[in-house]
Amino acid sequence: MSEPVLVCKSDDLKEGAVQVFAIGDIEIGVIRHKGNCVAYRNVCPHQGGPVCDGRLMPQVEDVIDPNGLFVCQNFKEDDMHIVCPWHGYEFKIATGEHAVDPNVRLKKYEITERGGNIYVTL
Amino acid sequence: MSKPMARNVTNEGFDTTAHLRNAAAQAAKRGYDDFMIVDVDAHHYETEAFSEIADYIDDPVLRREAKFQGMSRGGIASMDGSYQEMTGRVIRYPERKNEKVPPEPHRDITLMYRWMDAMGVDVACMFPTPMLNIVTCPRIEVEVALARAYNRWLCDNILKTENRLKSMLYLPFNDPAACVDIVEKFGDKPGVIGFMVVATHYRSVHDNAYMKLYSMLQERNLPLAFHAAYTWSDKQLSLTNRFMAVHALGFTWHNMLHMTNWLVNGMPERFPKLKLIWIESGLAWVPFLMQRLDNEFMMRTSDAPLLKRKPSDYMREMYYTSQPMEMVDNLEALEVTFKMMNAKTQLLYSSDYPHWDMDLPMTIYDLPFLDEQGKRDILGGNAQRLFNLETALAPGKLERRAKRGVKAAAG
Repeated sequence: MSEPVLVCKSDDLKEGAVQVFAIGDIEIGVIRHKGNCVAYRNVCPHQGGPVCDGRLMPQVEDVIDPNGLFVCQNFKEDDMHIVCPWHGYEFKIATGEHAVDPNVRLKKYEITERGGNIYVTL
Repeated sequence: MSKPMARNVTNEGFDTTAHLRNAAAQAAKRGYDDFMIVDVDAHHYETEAFSEIADYIDDPVLRREAKFQGMSRGGIASMDGSYQEMTGRVIRYPERKNEKVPPEPHRDITLMYRWMDAMGVDVACMFPTPMLNIVTCPRIEVEVALARAYNRWLCDNILKTENRLKSMLYLPFNDPAACVDIVEKFGDKPGVIGFMVVATHYRSVHDNAYMKLYSMLQERNLPLAFHAAYTWSDKQLSLTNRFMAVHALGFTWHNMLHMTNWLVNGMPERFPKLKLIWIESGLAWVPFLMQRLDNEFMMRTSDAPLLKRKPSDYMREMYYTSQPMEMVDNLEALEVTFKMMNAKTQLLYSSDYPHWDMDLPMTIYDLPFLDEQGKRDILGGNAQRLFNLETALAPGKLERRAKRGVKAAAG
């Protein structure tokens, strides 16, 4: 395993922000989500889109009442996704898994935050 | 290791080349510089040039109306309030209009070449976007006027000077005589490689009113394409409430209907040299319809007495564009589909860029059951033969090849 690479200062990545870093030939997106940081390769497993350049969107849900009747749609703000800007594939920010199929997932990198800095290990 | 370069993605302006940087990396890795890629179905947003197009409308009253009304889609409650851009998730839709381009050449030319160069596409057949929907306009004279204006604008401002850009021009199918006139006037214009009908029309393709049109196209060796579409105004499809549903069904249903009528009425026997292309319905419908029609035909040959072979035999001689290729988990199903439709000679790569369900060349190039020649044929060779296109690589490819010292012709 390679050495951790300093990518930015902790203060440079606010809650909900995304920064994309080119480390050698590889682009990695770093996202601060619920206080923690996650790092994913900026390549969508679908057709290779720059997934970390995409929007952060909550999971959409259909609200159904106890009798099975449709009520409305809602955003589930506690289940945030990053959306590939090429085709709209949605991935759970926390795990990198596709919103429905966990076998389709982003390549995740180990990330550490210490001493006011954020490091990614390739 | 040097310090990583950071990009704050929330502050970046939109640029097609940057948006598709991963596509350019794919192209380099797969060696697209070594062969020609033809994209048989790509689009531009003619709405950005609509006032120019409106200037080409002959009728002064309609011209004024077009300039006043514009061509944009309506809002959430309109018949075409389709949210295909996924409310901003696919960022090129909302941000593309802000993309900076130089004053020359025409903005549409610059934008087309940006995505083509990123993907490794050498030649693209371009179609409009919102103007595909004029087929559902209840005022036939409006459809005809806009079709004529768009075709003239496209020929004058794009196709005349750009060898890499082609089109199959829009036929206003609701007016058969106007279709004939358009083929006569535009059939030999530079860059016109065929004609196109949008599938969401409500007049049967076997109507006697169209026989002159088919005969002319056959005589001129110009393919006729049926470009799939959907409309929420269709009575059955109006039962759907989500875009995914109206799109998944609409883009296949209308072409299945026309294909069925085409076969049952013996059109391949009446116009045996007319080349048909089925655009943007994906692939999965083809084996379905082949099996369905063959099965019924064997019991009811008297319903299609002009056919001398099974419906699927005729379907295997037609052409199909690849997008949106169903990315099924079952690769075996896809391989069977390729075999059933004789994809090695009949399938034509298409991206549908910049639309939400666009396919990159890698969707074909990475298929494990195709050999290198098969990939190259689907990505470009089949289209080259169908449209009689010269081998011509993009300038960027030629430059890179020259640096590598490659002189041999691309194949």
